[in-house]
Amino acid sequence: MLREIRIQEADFDVAVEWRQLGKSLGGEAGAIVAFCGRVRDVHAESAVHGLFLEHYAGLTERSLDAILDRVERRWRLDAITVIHRVGRLDPGAQIVLVLVAGRHRSEAFAACELVMDYLKTDAIFWKKELGERDRWVEPTSDDQRRRRKWDDEA
Amino acid sequence: MTVRVRFFAAARERVGASAIDVERSGARTVAELIGVLARTRGADLAAMLSAPGIRFAVNQELVERDAAIADGDEVAFMPPVTGG
Repeated sequence: MLREIRIQEADFDVAVEWRQLGKSLGGEAGAIVAFCGRVRDVHAESAVHGLFLEHYAGLTERSLDAILDRVERRWRLDAITVIHRVGRLDPGAQIVLVLVAGRHRSEAFAACELVMDYLKTDAIFWKKELGERDRWVEPTSDDQRRRRKWDDEA
Repeated sequence: MTVRVRFFAAARERVGASAIDVERSGARTVAELIGVLARTRGADLAAMLSAPGIRFAVNQELVERDAAIADGDEVAFMPPVTGG
């Protein structure tokens, strides 16, 4: 499975990444699933003016690699791209992109969801919500539940 | 005789730096280093670094708080993470 993992401050272009991934695929890959996360302007009915994300260079990349190891143990896929932004992000900004290419759509959808669920709980990022009162975000109980769901199904 | 200490999120804001060099003062473990930081940087910082959910890394390997540290090591205090 081809892997592309990038952590960057700069924005990304979904179409460019999509084409790039497509070029790397053989003819048997019948599905590409994409998820792009955006910064919301509201949380629990409070206005959010943006996010600030920080990471730990080296360990963060390895935490993403470990998530893709998990995917690879579970499904036979062709390629995955994960791009995660850091730094100051305004509402509406793209924050994360996950592209999964595989033979059939069912495992591509599932793998994309697993990557997102693990990003919430296991990826080494710290996220500050900027608003009336700034706060460092932690995984919610729902995030934890979604992550555990994959263990139960293993 | 120092270690490089890395801080993130609220602890980084409290310290005012993402990394500082800390005189080890005989500390041989991560837990003992927190003791040194309590004396030199304040008990409130030490409390943040001992809070539930904090994880520790020495030279980018996740470790327990009784893990050994040596001169020149990079010791990181990592509060609960979330991405996506």
